[in-house]
Amino acid sequence: MGIGREGSDTGARRAVLVLGCPQVPVQTSIALYLAHVLRLRGLGVSVAGNRAARHLIQVADPEGRYVRESIDIDTYFSQLAGGERDYAFAFVFIHNDSGLVYAASVHAMTQGVVIPVVYGEHYEEMAGQVSYARETIMANAVHNPMPLKHRIDEVIPWVVSNL
Amino acid sequence: MGCIESVKHEILLKNASFQECRDFVRAHFKEHYIVAPGYRIFEKPVIGIPPILIAVEGDDVIFPYTKPCYGTFLLRATDRDEAYRLKSGVNA
Repeated sequence: MGIGREGSDTGARRAVLVLGCPQVPVQTSIALYLAHVLRLRGLGVSVAGNRAARHLIQVADPEGRYVRESIDIDTYFSQLAGGERDYAFAFVFIHNDSGLVYAASVHAMTQGVVIPVVYGEHYEEMAGQVSYARETIMANAVHNPMPLKHRIDEVIPWVVSNL
Repeated sequence: MGCIESVKHEILLKNASFQECRDFVRAHFKEHYIVAPGYRIFEKPVIGIPPILIAVEGDDVIFPYTKPCYGTFLLRATDRDEAYRLKSGVNA
């Protein structure tokens, strides 16, 4: 299994955004912004999520300018566990317990770098449970994406060039 | 685990945290096994926060299943082969 070497992107570094439940408004906006920032740094971006989370992305990015590929969350985990798919970077969106489960699972299975993106009203409590991550993007963001956007602007240049 | 619905199962806990499911297994089942994320059960990988506990009671297998919007479910399904595989320590 080669990290970031699947499909037609052989040789390119790739990232996956593992989306949580889209009930918190900032998720889709931040996912697309993060995809934009990563794309500017030369990474191909995929998203993994449930149907609603993927449809929110697909409707907002109909031509795939930011997100190249959309994967069902169960298919993603099945392929990750089977060694058929992996990425250099996995940004796991966390605002509830399920997000913590997904992040821990990706951390256990990937050969790439896991960066939790923690938000929502309980973000500090959630962030306290991802101590295994070398870098975490976190902010108190529910409706307003700007605190999380600012953290992405601060962290991503360092993450992409140093991890 | 998109096709978990195709496996006949009973829901023991629903909309729970992963920790609550782990505690339930410890409290209610004498025989349980620790598996790593990605261990396949019913041909699908189990995901979770380590340690992931899967219980066996007779031919029944009790395991967690997490959904993005509904938390973690603790499910019981009957499958002699899966129970035997856990007992014998054969990993996926």
